Amino acid sequence: MATLVNHPDEVKIVSRRFGQGAANIDRYLELDGYKAVQKALELGPDGIIAEMKASNLRGRGGAGFPTGLKWSFVPKESAKPKYVLCNGDESEPGTCKDRLIFEHDPHSVIEGAMIAAIAVGSHAAYIYIRGEYRYLLEIMQKAIADAYAKGFAGKNIFGSGYDLEVYWHGGAGAYEVGEESALMESLEGKRGVPRIRPPFPAVVGLWGGPTVINNAETLASVPHVLLMGGKAYAEVGVERNGGTRLFSLSGHLARPGVYELPLGYSLRKAIYEVGGGVANGRQLKAVVPGGSSTPCLKADEIDIALDFDSTMKAGTMLGSGGIVVLDDQTCIVKFALRTIQFYRHESCGWCIPCREGTDWLQKSLKRFHAGGGVAKDIDNIRYLAENMLGRTFCPLGDAAAMPILGFVKKFREEFEAHLDGRPCPFGQHDAPHALPVLSH
Amino acid sequence: MKFSDQLEARFAGMITHYPARRSLLVPFLLYSQDEYGYVTDEVIAELSRRLEITELDIRNVISYYSMLRTKPAGRFNVQVCTNICCLLRGGEEMLAHAREKLGVQVNKGITPDGMFSVEEVECIGACSWAPAMQVNYTFHENLTPEKIDKILDDYRSEAAHK
Ligand code: FES
Repeated sequence: MATLVNHPDEVKIVSRRFGQGAANIDRYLELDGYKAVQKALELGPDGIIAEMKASNLRGRGGAGFPTGLKWSFVPKESAKPKYVLCNGDESEPGTCKDRLIFEHDPHSVIEGAMIAAIAVGSHAAYIYIRGEYRYLLEIMQKAIADAYAKGFAGKNIFGSGYDLEVYWHGGAGAYEVGEESALMESLEGKRGVPRIRPPFPAVVGLWGGPTVINNAETLASVPHVLLMGGKAYAEVGVERNGGTRLFSLSGHLARPGVYELPLGYSLRKAIYEVGGGVANGRQLKAVVPGGSSTPCLKADEIDIALDFDSTMKAGTMLGSGGIVVLDDQTCIVKFALRTIQFYRHESCGWCIPCREGTDWLQKSLKRFHAGGGVAKDIDNIRYLAENMLGRTFCPLGDAAAMPILGFVKKFREEFEAHLDGRPCPFGQHDAPHALPVLSH
Repeated sequence: MKFSDQLEARFAGMITHYPARRSLLVPFLLYSQDEYGYVTDEVIAELSRRLEITELDIRNVISYYSMLRTKPAGRFNVQVCTNICCLLRGGEEMLAHAREKLGVQVNKGITPDGMFSVEEVECIGACSWAPAMQVNYTFHENLTPEKIDKILDDYRSEAAHK
């Protein structure tokens, strides 16, 4: 199972129980488990939402939407049942944090989902876990059964008169399902094709009922917000970015791993101190700061704070917290190609700009990397990517286009170095593929 | 068709989770695949009957999810990630190594003894422990060619002793 790492700069809140056997419900109870949900029952919906708003907790899935605000959008009265849906379809390349939460602290996700349900007046919560994570689904199934056995879930939880069912659900391999409307489709037993919004899930979601959808890490953070108090949680982070986040450090680092750092922590320090710097004595070329869909930063652009607003200002995003480090021997064209290959594979084909755009980008980059590129291609790649932005039902089109745009803009010289049949300067010689050049 | 007892129990347990019956489709298809090696025509026909949806509808769903298949794979399906973090740490070399060692083509073919198939997969959530692969559902991380040799040999002998 995934190995745990430590660094003195970490602030362990959501990872506090990692490595302590908290998947066992009795151990979880010893470690303050299921105290927050009882507090939530005392606070009531308005009290919970006030604490959540004070905490400045923002969605850990990627969009960074304030959690308290999201919950407050759910109508108080609803003819249809309301639902809470935990998004555990972790699949943004570069991200492997929810895995640790499900493995080491599954009850915190259940408890967070229960608190969300109480806050919005829902009586059913679903915990969706990606299909590849079968062992984690099994851990979750046991955790839910244990919670029922103790009477924490089901009818009249903690003698409050409140009924709350908790269910598990498993996926079967699809990145796009990580998008909230596609996630609901998937849970309803369909292809994960996204829904057009409005209406938003808070109004019309699962089976037509108002639905709150939160990432697993967001929900796992919720009990800690209530235990610490919203204000204290907010103070761990920086302005408008409360608390901590699990950062998945990967790529050419000496000490990759999942580390919990306060929001606002320096990206440079995350790479050079926490991650141990670039491995094998090489130099940094670029970093993808928030999972594969976020535009890269060059080596001289890493003096930024890891929070939603600072990364945005730097022209990228904090995304899912997956920090991928590339050393100076990495071919950016090849890296871009592998990135788009993924998005092309995952595009559901519903929206034409995404379906055709990812396919053309892959073809162009493949030929380009193989030495068959012409100068015009560089602008064509940019043009293609630009024309996907904002033109699709779900963010997959943007997620595919944004990183490619970043690579072309920031590493144009590397693209140029591949021109005129020159072999890849980084020594990867693929057979040239005779693919059509885009019309000029 | 009657499902195996285990699968029948799954069906009965899951159907009560949801206000609409078809919601169990995706996880149930995967469980049936674990049992029979792939999603069989019989399972599709039976689910169509029980859930009151067309077979075509079910096949459309199957085609969307990358883990679901309608043809057999090896008893041990070796799924090597070559996505970005694995790429940076040798994922492609690991895939090539597994393919050569087993002598099967990627994404098609099974070793003659029915034991192994090799798939190139997208990120499996092991990025910090790259390069990584899954054999069926088991994760193997921080791979090297030597490690892969040992892992595959172990599966082979595990199967021989059963
Ligand atoms: S990129 Fe290979 S596991 Fe994430």
